[in-house]
Amino acid sequence: MSAPLLAVTDLVTEFATRDGALRAVDGASFSVAPGEVLGLVGESGSGKSVTGFSILGLIDPPGRIASGSIRFDGRELVGADDETLRALRGNRIAMIFQDPMMTLNPVLRVDTQMIETVLAHERVSRRAARDRCVDALTRVGIASAGERLEQYPHQFSGGMRQRVAIAIALLNRPALIVADEPTTALDVTVQGQILFEMQALVREAGTALIWITHDLAVIAGLADRIAVMYAGRIVEQGPVAAVLDSPLHPYTRGLLDSVPANNAPGRPLRQIPGMTPSLARLPSGCAFRSRCGQAGPDCAAPVPLAARTDGREVRCVRPLAAGAGA
Amino acid sequence: MHAPADRPEGPLAAADEPVPPVESPWRRFAAQFAASRLALVGLVLLIAILLLALFAPVIAPQNPYDLGKLDLMDARLPPGSDAMAGDLHYVLGTDGQGRDMVSAILYGLRVSLMVGVVSGVIALSLGGALGIVAAYRGGRFEQILMRIVDIQLGFPAILVALVLIATLGKGVDKVIVALVTVQWAYYARTARSAALVERNKEYMEAARGLGLSPLRIVLKHLLPNALPPLIVVGTVQVAHAIALEATLSFLGLGLPTTEPSLGLLIANGYEFLLSGKYWISVYPGVALLFTILAINLVGDQLRDVLNPRLSK
Amino acid sequence: MLVYILRRLAQTVLVLAVTSALVFAGIFMVGDPVEMLVNPQADQIERDRARTALGLDKPMLVQYGLFVKNALSGDLGTSFVYGRPAIDVIVERMPATLELAVLAMVISIVVGIPLGLYAGLKPDSPISKAIMAGSIVGFSLPTFWVGLLLIMLFAVQLGWLPSTGRGPSVDVLGLELSILHWEGLRHALLPAFNLALFKLSLIIRLTRAQVRENVLLDYIKFARAKGLARGRVLGVHLLKNIMIPLVTVIGLELGSVIAFAIVTESIFAWPGMGKLVIDSIFQLDRPVVVAYLMITVAMFIVINLVVDVLYSVLDPRVRLAAAKV
Repeated sequence: MSAPLLAVTDLVTEFATRDGALRAVDGASFSVAPGEVLGLVGESGSGKSVTGFSILGLIDPPGRIASGSIRFDGRELVGADDETLRALRGNRIAMIFQDPMMTLNPVLRVDTQMIETVLAHERVSRRAARDRCVDALTRVGIASAGERLEQYPHQFSGGMRQRVAIAIALLNRPALIVADEPTTALDVTVQGQILFEMQALVREAGTALIWITHDLAVIAGLADRIAVMYAGRIVEQGPVAAVLDSPLHPYTRGLLDSVPANNAPGRPLRQIPGMTPSLARLPSGCAFRSRCGQAGPDCAAPVPLAARTDGREVRCVRPLAAGAGA
Repeated sequence: MHAPADRPEGPLAAADEPVPPVESPWRRFAAQFAASRLALVGLVLLIAILLLALFAPVIAPQNPYDLGKLDLMDARLPPGSDAMAGDLHYVLGTDGQGRDMVSAILYGLRVSLMVGVVSGVIALSLGGALGIVAAYRGGRFEQILMRIVDIQLGFPAILVALVLIATLGKGVDKVIVALVTVQWAYYARTARSAALVERNKEYMEAARGLGLSPLRIVLKHLLPNALPPLIVVGTVQVAHAIALEATLSFLGLGLPTTEPSLGLLIANGYEFLLSGKYWISVYPGVALLFTILAINLVGDQLRDVLNPRLSK
Repeated sequence: MLVYILRRLAQTVLVLAVTSALVFAGIFMVGDPVEMLVNPQADQIERDRARTALGLDKPMLVQYGLFVKNALSGDLGTSFVYGRPAIDVIVERMPATLELAVLAMVISIVVGIPLGLYAGLKPDSPISKAIMAGSIVGFSLPTFWVGLLLIMLFAVQLGWLPSTGRGPSVDVLGLELSILHWEGLRHALLPAFNLALFKLSLIIRLTRAQVRENVLLDYIKFARAKGLARGRVLGVHLLKNIMIPLVTVIGLELGSVIAFAIVTESIFAWPGMGKLVIDSIFQLDRPVVVAYLMITVAMFIVINLVVDVLYSVLDPRVRLAAAKV
C-alpha cells in the first residue's frame, strides 16, 4: 500500500465556550490515499465540517487544534506556521464550501477572484492566468467562459456559482480537495449534475477528494471509502460497498435504515430514537449509547477505534455481525 | 458534564435529557449587561448624576438663582478660595457674578437633564405611537408618514432646531418643542420597523380575523416588540438632546438666563477663557461630558445586549 | 437610471418649495426687523417709510409671492443689514465653510478608518479597547466645549496655533481657499479638528462594526482557503465590501458637518456661512436666514442624490439591476 496522501491521527479540535472547552472533533483518525474519494458522513454537529476546516488550518479563535496530527504529503500541518499553510491552501489542498451564494465575494468580478488564486501561488502573467481560468470554467461546464468571467457572482445561478467554486478549486491542480457539503444548498436536479461532474473531474485529474455530507445517498455513488462521524468521533470506516451493505456500527445501521428509499412502501419511516446530545453533555464512554438499542454497561468505558482484518475499522464493543443485511 | 448512567436502554431511550433550570429573562439580561465593566461604570455614574441633580437644592451650598445672596466681591475667584465675607468655601471657584460653581453646576445639571429627558419622553411617546400605528394600519398613512420621516431625517438636527428657535423664539417650552421635533422621527422609524416584524407574522392575521380589538393587538403584541429597540434609540437620543440643548444655549438660542443650563454656564465663561480663568467654562463642561458619557456607555451596552445579530 | 435621477430632481423641487414656504411663514412671525435697523429715536413716519422701503408693509402672501418670483430668477432677497443681495453675501462666505468642512471630513476619514480597521481586526487587544473607549468619549464630548478647550490649550497655553479667525488665502480657479496656504492652514487646523472629532468617533465605530460583521462571513474564509495573502484578503476583499456602507454614511455626514460648522465658526470666529447665519438670526436679517436655508437645503438634497448614485455605482448588484430598468 502506498503512503497515504493525508493522514489524520487523533485530531482534537476544541472551542472555548462559557461552559468550558467543547471538543468538536474528539480524537478523529483517518487517511486518504492519492486519488481516492473519501466520504465523511455525519449529522449536523458531528464535527465533520470542523474536521474539514482543521485540515485547511482555518480554525479561528475561540477554536483551536488542541492535539493530534495532520500529515499531508509527509509534512505535519498542525503547528505549521502561517506562511506554510497559506502556500498549501488553494494550491495543493483546496476547499469547496457549502453555500455558493455566500462564498464568492459579491462585489468583485469572477475573473478577479479566479485570477488572484492563480497569482497567489505561481508567477505567471495575467494573460496566462486568465487563460487558465477560461479553461477551468469550460471544464466545469460553463459556456461562453470568456464573457462570463467578466461578470459578477450574483449574475450566476446557484448551480453555476458552485461550478465556479469547483473551477477555482481545480485551478492550481491540487492533490486534495475538501468539499464541505457542496450540493446541499442546491436544487435536487442540480445536485445530481454537480455530483456526476465532480466525479469525472476528479478521476480525470487524479485528485483525492474528501466529500463531507450528511446524505448517505450522495456518497454511495461517489466515494471509494466512507468514514462515519458521530459527536466528534469516527465510529466506522471502510470501503463504501462494505459499509453500506453491511454496517458494523449501530449508528451507521440507524442512518441507513432511516433513508426513505430503504423503506418498504406503506411502512412507517424508521428513525434513530432520541436526539444528538449537545457536546457539553456527552455520556461517558461511547457517545451513542444513550440512543443505542444494544447498549450495555460496558459501553460506559471509552471505546477505541478497532481495526479489523478486512481493512475496516469500527468503534463499538459489540459491532453488528458483518453480513446482517437490511 | 456527563449524563446520568441510569437511563432506560433500547429504542425507548428517548430524549430524557435533564432539562437545565429556566433562567429568568431579567437575570439573563442583567448578567449580559454587567458583562461590560465600562457599562457598569456608566450605570453607576448615571445614577450618581441623577441623584445629584435630584437633590441639588439640598446638596448645593448656595442657591445660584437667588441674586440677593450673591456677592460681587467674590466674582471670578479660582477654585479652592474662600468667600470674602461669610464662610462659604468655593471648591470650584466662582463665576463672573460671584456664583459658586458647584451650586451653579448642580442646578445647571438639573435643568439640562430635565429638558433632555422630558423632550426624550415626549418624542418617544409621540414618535413611537405614530410608528406603531403606521405599522399596524399600513397603506397610505404609513407611506406618507415614512416619507415625512425620511425627509426630516435627511436634515441635520442642529439646522432644524435652529430654524425652529429662530421662528418660535426663546424659552424652555420652545426649546423642548424644538428638541421633540428633532427626535420624533428616529423613534417613529424604529418603532415602525420593530412593529413591522410582528405585523408580518401570520398570527397577526389570525388575530385580526378573529376580530380582536386593534387596541389589544397593538398593546399586547406590537408594543412589547417595539420597546427594546426604542429604549436603545432613546438613550442615544437623550444624550443628543442634552448636547443639542447645551449647544443652543451656548449660542444664546436656548434656555433663558434665568434658568441656566450647563450650556449657558459654559457660554458665560467664554469671555474669561483667554485671561486664564478657565474654571468658569471648564467645570460645567466636565459635568456635561460625564452626563453624556454615562448615558452613552449605558446605551451602548444596552444595544449590544438587545441586538441579536451580535450575540456570540 | 436617468428616470431615477429625474424623479429625484422633481422631489428636490417639491421639498425646496415646501421648505421655503414653511421657513418664510415661520420667520414672518418673529420680531420686527425694522426695530433693529432703525434709529430708536425715529418716529413712526420714519419707521413706516423704512417698512415700505423694505417691502414689509405688504401682506404675507404677497411678500411670499414676490419672494418666489425673485427666487426663480436667482434673487433671494436683499439683506437688511448689508444692503446687498442675500445670495451674494452667503456665497461669498461659502468657500470658508466648505473648506473647513472638507478638511474636517478628510481628517476624520484618514484617521478614523485605519483606527476602526484595527479595532475590528484585533478586538481584544488593549489598543483596540483604548480606541473604542476613546471613540465613546469622542462622541460624548460637546463640540463647542472642546473648541473652547482647544483654544485654551493650543492657543493660550502653548501658543502653537492661532486662536481665531481665518488665515490668508490662495486664489484657486476663482475660489479663495485658505487651507492651501501654510498660514491659512495653521488657522484652520483647530476648528477643523474640533469639527472632525465627533465624525471621527462615528467613523471609527462604524468601520469597526462593519469589520466585525464581515470578518465572520463565508467569503472571507473562502478567500483564505484559496491561499491568498492576508494583506489581499483584508485590503481587497474586506475593504471593498466595507466601503459601500461607509461611503454612503460619509457622504450623508458631509451635509451634517456643513451644518455643524455653525457652532465651530462661532467659537473660532471663522468667517463662514454658519457664523453669518447666527449673526443674522440675532439681527433679524430675515432674507439672509431664508437664503441660507434654501441654499443649504438644496446642498443637502444634492449631496443625498450624489450619495445614492455613488452607492449604485459602487455596488455591482444594485448597478446592474438598475441598468436593466
